[in-house]
Amino acid sequence: MPFVRWLRRNLVVIAGLVTLGYLLLPNVVVTVFSFNKPKGRFNYEWQQFSLDAWTNPCGVADMCGSLSLSLQIALWATIGATVLGTMIAFALVRYRFRARGAVNSLIFLPMAMPEVVMAASLLTLFLNMGAQLGFWTILIAHIMFCLSFVVTAVKARVMSMDPRLEQAAQDLYAGPVQTFVRVTLPIAAPGIAAGALLAFALSFDDFIITNFNAGSTVTFPMFVWGSAQRGTPVQINVIGTAMFIVAVLLVLAAMLVGKRKNKAV
Amino acid sequence: MTTVTDIPAAPAVKTARPPRKRGRLVPYWLLLPGLLWLVVFFALPMVYQASTSIQTGSLEDGFKVTWHFATYWDALGDYWPQFLRSVLYAGAATILCLALGYPLAYLIAFRAGRWRNVVLILVIAPFFTSFLIRTLAWKTILSDSGPVVSTLNTLHILDVTSWIGMTDGDRVLATPLAVICGLTYNFLPFMILPLYTSLERIDGRLHEAAGDLYATPATTFRKVTFPLSMPGVVSGTLLTFIPAAGDYVNADLLGSTDTRMVGNVIQTQFLRILDYPTAAALSFILMAAILIMVTVYIRRSGTEDLV
Repeated sequence: MPFVRWLRRNLVVIAGLVTLGYLLLPNVVVTVFSFNKPKGRFNYEWQQFSLDAWTNPCGVADMCGSLSLSLQIALWATIGATVLGTMIAFALVRYRFRARGAVNSLIFLPMAMPEVVMAASLLTLFLNMGAQLGFWTILIAHIMFCLSFVVTAVKARVMSMDPRLEQAAQDLYAGPVQTFVRVTLPIAAPGIAAGALLAFALSFDDFIITNFNAGSTVTFPMFVWGSAQRGTPVQINVIGTAMFIVAVLLVLAAMLVGKRKNKAV
Repeated sequence: MTTVTDIPAAPAVKTARPPRKRGRLVPYWLLLPGLLWLVVFFALPMVYQASTSIQTGSLEDGFKVTWHFATYWDALGDYWPQFLRSVLYAGAATILCLALGYPLAYLIAFRAGRWRNVVLILVIAPFFTSFLIRTLAWKTILSDSGPVVSTLNTLHILDVTSWIGMTDGDRVLATPLAVICGLTYNFLPFMILPLYTSLERIDGRLHEAAGDLYATPATTFRKVTFPLSMPGVVSGTLLTFIPAAGDYVNADLLGSTDTRMVGNVIQTQFLRILDYPTAAALSFILMAAILIMVTVYIRRSGTEDLV
C-alpha cells in the first residue's frame, strides 16, 4: 500500500518526466547518430561507431555554406527586428496615440497566422513586383515575422518598469537623452536581449517562409529539407548536436553570471 | 510699444512650443518604420493574395483579375479531405500536447524545487537544434524494425490503432499516427511554456486554503488549480493548433500521400504546379477558417471559463 500511496502522490512528477523524455528523445537520437557510419545514403539505421563526421564536419558539399548563410541572415534579421520592434514597444507603452487598437492587431496578427499563409502571400507580392528571390527577400520575410515577437518581449519588460526611476533621473538634471541611455535602456536591456535571442532562434530555424521566398538560395534548414529527399549526411547530426551543446552551455553561463550578480547586490 | 511686448513673449514661445510639438510626434516616428514594414510585407501581401485568388490565366499568358470566385469552390471541392485532415491532425496534436504538457508544466511550477530552472532549460533546449533535424530523428525512432514499433506490436496497440485507421498494419511511419506524433512533439513547448507561466502565478496559499477546507487533491485541482490556469490553456492551445494546422513538414517527412495536409497542397500548388490562383484561394480559406475558429474560441473561453 505505501507504494500505491507514493505512486499517487508522485503521479504528476512521473507523467511530467515522461513528457520531458518525449521532448528530449529526438535530441538523444540526433547525438547518437552523429557517431554512426551508415551503409546507404540515409542515416536512419544504426550501423557502427565512427568519428568520421566529427573530424570532417564540412565534408558535405554546400552544407557549411548554407550554414554560414543562415547565420548571416539570422544576424541581420535579429538586428533589424530588434531595432524596429524595440521602437514600437516603447511607443506602445510610453505614449498615447490614435489608432492604438489597429496597431496592436497589426502586431498580433503575424503571430496568429499559420506560417504557410504568410509565406504564400509574401511570395505573391514578390512575384507581382518581379523581385529577384534570394538573400534580400529572405531577410525581408524574416524581419517581418520576427518583429512581433520582439515587440511582445520588450513590451513586457518596459511595462513593468517603474516610471519614477526616469522622473528621478530628470529631477537630478539628466537630459532626455542621458535619461534614456543611462536609466531606461539598461532597465529595458533584458527584455531587448530576450527579444533579440528569440528573433535569432526563429530566423535561424525558419523553414516554411524561407522555402517559399528563397528562390534557388539554400539556407541550412533548406539544406536539411533537401537532404531528406536525396540522402541525409551524418554531418547534419554533427551540426545539430554542436548547436545544442553550445546553446545549453551559453544558457548555463548566463545563469551563473546572473546568480553571481544577484549575490553581489 | 509693440517691440517691448514682443521681446519677452518670443523666448517663451520658443522654449514651450517646440518640445511639445516634438513630443506629440515621437510615438509616430517610433512606430513608423516597423509598422511600415508590417504593412508592406504582411498586410499588403494579403491583398495581393486575395487578388491572385480571383484571377484566371496561365503562366505563359499571365494572370488577370476576372473575379473568378469559382476557384474557391473548386479548391474546396478538390481538397476538402486535406482541410479536414489538417483540422483533425492539428486538433489531435493539440489535445495530446495538453495532456502531455500539463503534468510537465505542473511539475516545473510546483514540484521541481531547485531543479526548476534546469527542467525549464531542458524544455527550451531542443529548440536550439534545427526542428527539421529533430523531426528526421523520428524516422529513426519510429522505424519499422525499431524498439518502439516492436513494443507497440507486442502489446497489440498497433492492432487497435490500425482498426481505427491511425496506423497501417505493422508500420507506424507513413501513417496518420506518425504525423500526429511529430506535430505533438514539434509544438509541445508552445503548450508547456504558457501553461507554466499561468500556473506559476497561482498563489500557493490557495492550495493550502482548499486543503484546509477538506478538499481532496483531486478536488483542489478541479476547482482551484485548473480554472486558474485557463489563460495558459487558452493561449497554449492556440499556439499549438494554429501552427499545426498550417504545417506541412511533419506530413511530408513522417507521412505518406494519404496524410497530406492543406499546407502540403498549398506548397505544391505554389512551388511545383505553379497554379497560383488555386494556391492563393486555399491559403485564404485556411486563414479565414483559423481566424474564425480563434475568434470563436477566445470569445467562448473568455466569457465562460475565464470569469
